[in-house]
Amino acid sequence: MRHASMLNPRSSGKLLSFTEKPRPNRLALGLLCPLIVTLETTELRLPSRVETVEQVAAAVSELLSRAGVGDDALFGIDMAVREAVTNAVSHGNKLDETKFVEVGLRSLPGSFEITVHDQGTGFNPSAIPDPTKAENILRTSGRGIFFMRNFMDEVEWSANPTGGTTVRMTKKL
Amino acid sequence: MAELNISERQVGDVTVLDMDGKITIGEGSVALRTAIRRLLEEGRKKILLNLAKVGYIDSSGIGELVSSYTAINKESGELKLLNLTQKLQDLLTITKLLTVFDVYESEEEALASFK
Repeated sequence: MRHASMLNPRSSGKLLSFTEKPRPNRLALGLLCPLIVTLETTELRLPSRVETVEQVAAAVSELLSRAGVGDDALFGIDMAVREAVTNAVSHGNKLDETKFVEVGLRSLPGSFEITVHDQGTGFNPSAIPDPTKAENILRTSGRGIFFMRNFMDEVEWSANPTGGTTVRMTKKL
Repeated sequence: MAELNISERQVGDVTVLDMDGKITIGEGSVALRTAIRRLLEEGRKKILLNLAKVGYIDSSGIGELVSSYTAINKESGELKLLNLTQKLQDLLTITKLLTVFDVYESEEEALASFK
């Protein structure tokens, strides 16, 4: 089944949702325990404004609820996603609504993956000081990346050759 | 409805802010910052934040709590937190901010703790 729908027609960004459920492998059907792989992917392209954080969080919640993810795991993923999108919108694209944030959500067997791409000038995550150290404890920023690393199993940043930064986060479910 | 509604009560010389909603980037964080700045301008420096109905907070909101704490301390005042939800308590634990904030589960005890 392939399905595409506008999630929010009022948004100036493209909000396309693709759902793919590959047919079971014919060979697998002959086995005693056929493996049916379910893959669901959502791609979002949204303008750089604060409301985008909520829109992405809603899409993640919807996708993970369908995948049967429990509240505890959902809380951490939701937090990490919000922080990643907040960084892309405010630090990467500096709330410039002519710039977009592209988000990819992938619900895979046993894991969830999200990529968030901005059009900013890039940044060095290792330059963000550890907010839990005594000398940084009263800093008012720097905890977003800490939460992303804390709540997800893998977090990695890459500079895109065409510009901008992509963060990819994975959570085992 | 606003992201964060803040109701104010005066109990003796302590101002209690009952907060209801989300303290997140944008409106929620700004509402908290505005409320704290106004109280400090009015010379009210003993402030108790009742967070029982704060269902969600992000790193921006936590940064705003830290900023409030620093601003009030700078004015020789006191900021204390009341009724943290389990989620907020967890976030303050992993960020080690529970070692910074004075946190209470009883309003009576919180009020009595102000100097």
